[in-house]
Amino acid sequence: MSHIRSHIMVCTGTGCTSSESPKLITEFEQALKTAGMDQEVRVVKTGCFGLCAMGPIVMVFPEGACYTRVTVDDVHEIVSEHIVKGRIVKRLLHMEGEEGQSVTSLADTQFYKHQLRIALRNCGVINPESIDEYIGVDGYTALERILTEKTPPQEIIDALKQSGLRGRGGAGFPTGTKWQFTYDAKSDDGVKYVCCNADEGDPGAFMDRSVLEGDPFSVIEAMTIAGYAVGSHQGYIYIRAEYPIAVKRLELAIAQAEEYGLLGDDILGSGFSFRLELRLGAGAFVCGEETALITSIEGHRGEPRPRPPFPAVKGLFGKPTLLNNVETYANITWILNNGWEKFAAIGTEKSKGTKVFALGGKITNTGLVEVPMGTTLRTIIEDIGGGIPNGKKFKAAQTGGPSGGCIPAELIDTPIDYDSLTAIGSMMGSGGLIVMDEDNCMVDIAKFFLEFCVDESCGKCVPCRIGTKRLYDLLCKITDGKGTLEDLDTIEELCHHLKDSALCALGQSAPNPVLSTLQYFRDEYIAHVVDKRCPAGVCRNLTRYIIDPGKCKGCTLCARNCPVDAISGAVKAPHVIDQNKCIHCGLCLNNCRFDAISKS
Amino acid sequence: MPNCKTAVPYRGTPEQEERLRHVIEAHKGQPGATMPVLQAAQEIFGYLPEEVQIMVAEGLDIPLSEIYGVASFYSFFSLNPKGKYQISVCLGTACYVKGAADVLAAVEKKLNIAPGGITNDGLFSLDACRCIGACGLAPVMMINDDVYGRLTAAQVGPILDEYIKKG
Repeated sequence: MSHIRSHIMVCTGTGCTSSESPKLITEFEQALKTAGMDQEVRVVKTGCFGLCAMGPIVMVFPEGACYTRVTVDDVHEIVSEHIVKGRIVKRLLHMEGEEGQSVTSLADTQFYKHQLRIALRNCGVINPESIDEYIGVDGYTALERILTEKTPPQEIIDALKQSGLRGRGGAGFPTGTKWQFTYDAKSDDGVKYVCCNADEGDPGAFMDRSVLEGDPFSVIEAMTIAGYAVGSHQGYIYIRAEYPIAVKRLELAIAQAEEYGLLGDDILGSGFSFRLELRLGAGAFVCGEETALITSIEGHRGEPRPRPPFPAVKGLFGKPTLLNNVETYANITWILNNGWEKFAAIGTEKSKGTKVFALGGKITNTGLVEVPMGTTLRTIIEDIGGGIPNGKKFKAAQTGGPSGGCIPAELIDTPIDYDSLTAIGSMMGSGGLIVMDEDNCMVDIAKFFLEFCVDESCGKCVPCRIGTKRLYDLLCKITDGKGTLEDLDTIEELCHHLKDSALCALGQSAPNPVLSTLQYFRDEYIAHVVDKRCPAGVCRNLTRYIIDPGKCKGCTLCARNCPVDAISGAVKAPHVIDQNKCIHCGLCLNNCRFDAISKS
Repeated sequence: MPNCKTAVPYRGTPEQEERLRHVIEAHKGQPGATMPVLQAAQEIFGYLPEEVQIMVAEGLDIPLSEIYGVASFYSFFSLNPKGKYQISVCLGTACYVKGAADVLAAVEKKLNIAPGGITNDGLFSLDACRCIGACGLAPVMMINDDVYGRLTAAQVGPILDEYIKKG
């Protein structure tokens, strides 16, 4: 084997792939060959480093230099300076803080300092397309130990119970208890199933995708252990078809594990067999709900059904079924290898371990972060996230996607764990965390999520099918400037009915964004209803466009572009907008070259 | 309604139909075969016209009503043909709060089609999609496999012009 003195790690997660990281790999390989160094320097594709906003990201080891927003043109400089001459290319290093200090190593950044990576431990560290690299970081030691020592299943389940691990998909049900139910459930013909929910549907959430893209083997190993623990020989991973990279890596990983005898018949000669199949989702948010997901694997419309019976008793094809989320599985081998005590020592009293968040929206460091439970929202947004860009003010954070709520700025010191979030009317959800600034209208955001739920409601139960639509209509009425104060009461009443009567979590939690914005941003609703004004200037029908006569040069560009001839004025004289004719399209504002038009 | 029956005539070739028959044979009798077969059918034909649904229903021996039920339930399945250039504007939360609605409106205006629609010349089809996962680049639009990130409404016109020029 040749001696490799340097590794160039290039992120090939979806974020960086979208900014053309695959081209960088080809370019690096080419440049190394030209420099005659392709035998001593290796280019490795890895999973997500987390700092997606700065992608594509390239790390060069052993120095650990972290280069951000690398372009094809930069490749030759990195090779000729860093690789050949050993001089780090300062220009491309990650910059941080207002002074723009360059940080050599990712571990030194504010972004990483507050993080603790358990589920993401291998993301960005190993090549996700190589089982050898996974084995090199203690992969498959847990499965091997369990199968060779013939660990009693109850012992594994007890360890999970004591670790305090709760489901990372949203609801936070204790994982050990779920395994226990499936273990205890009797199946008439002995058939049980182990399933993995990788139907990550929250718009703006990409935790599970990053785990599967960066470390697919950890999920496969955990599912195999789950199969052993609950007595199942067949597993399914239900994954979104919209995640082509994750699907490809999972297919590769399954094939490699089978080849190594770590999946399939008679694993490691233990007599235990476990097979794994992928099932692709087809773009239905409701399939993230466990009973709907099971119905979908069975080949039907993904409609949920009432519980009980719970899937642990009667699930896929009517058999006892264990169903966990991707991130939950990603924690399992860590717990079994490091001991439940160590896991239980992290986090808060009732929420143990860490949680991965997909940080997005109006925040400097968009990306993937993993923090201990109980970390405050302030730490995540200000320290890790690097605050709000463009000098704007933080207004709210939205957690839990369409099922969650908006957390206002005054609650920024709330510790993030299952129970604290529920107490303030939001929820953990799967981990999407969208930051909003003063330019976002909270009524509009509530309407956005409601529209999503209307679209995604499966239509099986009346409260959800009709209730979400009625709620949406009421919100539209308000953003159109036709709302009344009574409408606000009707909205609240309807929300509570929906929460009480919908069949599944989609309908039950659909009112959360509305209720939480009503609770914390009622004054904004009032402004829409009473003053007919949208304070953030988002809602079109409530926005007035005004021409500043002092700035207007009378160039007539706006008047010529106005589709309804609402603007009048002589050449070289200030123009005026007729508010009765204006349809608030915003074309004049976009076209004005003198900054004379403003929204109010 | 994006998923209504289309007026575009079915143009499946015998080769495509043969490929579908192979897929059906491979999955027949397996539990939960409907979705994988429909996914393969969409890959072969590009969409799921009534003729294809009938072939799947007869091949798998499942009522057509059920096949149609599944095909119309999931947003990934399309009952309409797609354009040569498939545009998806991401309306995930991260993109939405950064102005994706304006980007979508700009595309709609430029091509004069609504989400779910296709231009008369068959060149462009437009979809609003939910999070393609490139939240770091928000707001994002995809045209076939090309990703356009950190977009503003003003950039949409020139980007589309490039494709129109290519034809």
